[in-house]
Amino acid sequence: MENVITTQSGSKVTLGEKPEGYEGAGFFATSLEKVVGMARKNSIWPLPFATSCCGIEFMATMGAHYDLARFGSERLSFSPRQADLLMVMGTIAKKMGPILRQVYEQMAEPRWVLSVGACASSGGIFDTYSVLQGIDRIIPVDVYVPGCPPRPEQIIDGVMKIQRLVETESLRRRDSPEYKAMLNKYGIE
Amino acid sequence: MADSQEEKLVSIIKEKFEDQVVLVEQLYDFLTITLKKDKIVEIIRFLYDNPETKFQFLTTITAIHYPHTNESRTVMGQASNIVVDTPAPEGKIALMYQLHNLYSNERVRLKIYLPESNPVVPTLTTVFSAANWMEREAYDFFGVIFEGHPNLKRILNVEDMVIFPMRKEYPLEDQTRDDKRDEMFGR
Repeated sequence: MENVITTQSGSKVTLGEKPEGYEGAGFFATSLEKVVGMARKNSIWPLPFATSCCGIEFMATMGAHYDLARFGSERLSFSPRQADLLMVMGTIAKKMGPILRQVYEQMAEPRWVLSVGACASSGGIFDTYSVLQGIDRIIPVDVYVPGCPPRPEQIIDGVMKIQRLVETESLRRRDSPEYKAMLNKYGIE
Repeated sequence: MADSQEEKLVSIIKEKFEDQVVLVEQLYDFLTITLKKDKIVEIIRFLYDNPETKFQFLTTITAIHYPHTNESRTVMGQASNIVVDTPAPEGKIALMYQLHNLYSNERVRLKIYLPESNPVVPTLTTVFSAANWMEREAYDFFGVIFEGHPNLKRILNVEDMVIFPMRKEYPLEDQTRDDKRDEMFGR
């Protein structure tokens, strides 16, 4: 299955899988949807919304050892307007809820949300009057990463699950009635 | 702080405000004076201005809720009269002021008690500007009303909160969760 080639300098490089299509001498034909999906999947710009220890694990994830750049996500976007993926990492206090929601609303479609760690996903150990009991109470979430905090491998696994969504979802997911109904449920748009 | 210094401080307060002092005690090597609530700002102003005391730094203000003070209750099936804390002359919400004399490195804690139903006290912002945020915090968490405070609104919690969360009658846990079933927690 794996397509390994050896470069001139001798290092081995594994090429990604080809999408389904027709191949002949000098050409390869496939659907536009698959090409765009592949392009999107390998150039996700994450917006890190890090508030606590999960954010520290995220720093390790971005560092040289784990290196999220290998997945095409080395370019962090600190403006929500250019970001594709909102990564929420850490405890979200109720007072921060409206801010997180505003950041989500400022992101352009298509957009995805990764909830990293127990606190972002469910409030975690902070079952208390001041902490939001999961960010999915105010914004929709695509993938949850369990852990307190999760290791970088787990965060990468979550990003890979997001990649799978990005690759396989229809190009204009935002036009589908299900998606619109889902956003309406959150009172967005 | 030497004992003689503490005795001197107590005598200075008693000299002028004998009728206001309820209790003088050492709690964990910390001089604590329980006072009546009526003249608290006047007393702190006096400690600030008096060249003998010079308590010119406000370390902290906070409130404490003692729901069971001076109340008999049943423990382990036996009725018993438990005195949980020092006598509460007026109520179950205590307000604690901690002052610091930076000249002689003396510290003192002043405590007053307010009724749960109507915890009102004059603001200390007239003496210490630093009291502004501390009093807002005490209001936010315990619902203590500081009369004359320039901006008495919530400081840390969300503005639309309707409870005073550090009062014991309010549950700590978030009440909007429906996935925590009592049987899983032995309740």
